[in-house]
Amino acid sequence: MWIYEKKLQYPVKIKNPNPALAQVIISQLGGPDGELGAATRYLNQRYSMPKGQVMGMLTDIGSEELGHMEMIGAIVYQLTRNLKPEQIAGTPFAAYFVDHTTGVYPSSAAGVPFDNKYTGVKGDALADLNEDLAADAANTQEQRNACSAKDQLNLLKLARTSCFLKHQIIIIPQHHKRIALYDSNQRRAYLPT
Amino acid sequence: MRKDGGKLLTELREVDFALAELVLYLNAYPHTPEALAYYHKLRERRAVLKEEYEKSCGPLTAMGNESHSSWDWTDTPFPWEYEAN
Repeated sequence: MWIYEKKLQYPVKIKNPNPALAQVIISQLGGPDGELGAATRYLNQRYSMPKGQVMGMLTDIGSEELGHMEMIGAIVYQLTRNLKPEQIAGTPFAAYFVDHTTGVYPSSAAGVPFDNKYTGVKGDALADLNEDLAADAANTQEQRNACSAKDQLNLLKLARTSCFLKHQIIIIPQHHKRIALYDSNQRRAYLPT
Repeated sequence: MRKDGGKLLTELREVDFALAELVLYLNAYPHTPEALAYYHKLRERRAVLKEEYEKSCGPLTAMGNESHSSWDWTDTPFPWEYEAN
């Protein structure tokens, strides 16, 4: 279960509101390659992993992604404080504002609400870890460049990629043992070791 | 009660960041004595920082409300607010 700590992993201190920027950054929260998707993905994939090391890694990274989600939420929140009407009307932010005012609604920059279709859970360790590699390494450079926490986010994403690779390496010998015993068409994940 | 953690909060964030990375490293390489030793060193530092922070700035978790006379958990700024950073 989770314990919540009342601090952001990295500070967010935005002096000047900028709703147009919030419109873009919100994709890092609720978009296809955003933190909500990441947290959902890892925290649900971990149940069917074959080894404690991988269960641990996905639990720890998934929990951390919730913290990142909070940082992006904080960024969007601070970017949309004390707005002047001309910062809303006639800008791309107006479309978001009409449905959510300055609430934080996980969605993409294009206005698509967060969708669990962005995450994959196959119950197969290698497939799931491959999905993680693809997702975490996704090119969200544009969004991160716009964030105050971009250096930290970039560093973390790089480190995560190497985590997933390493855990694939841990899993592979076990996986090959199973392949040797069963036909490759078999669903392997729930078969005994 | 001080609202802004200043240096304390900054160092706590740094130690926690290092610990988070160390945990992931140990998840992948559990039999690394140096990593485990460093983990314990950081943990000790964290305990000190946490205690100091909670005494002067307010609870870090809902279980950390030190005061017997006031409920500070909801009385100090939440992390997404400008003043909390």
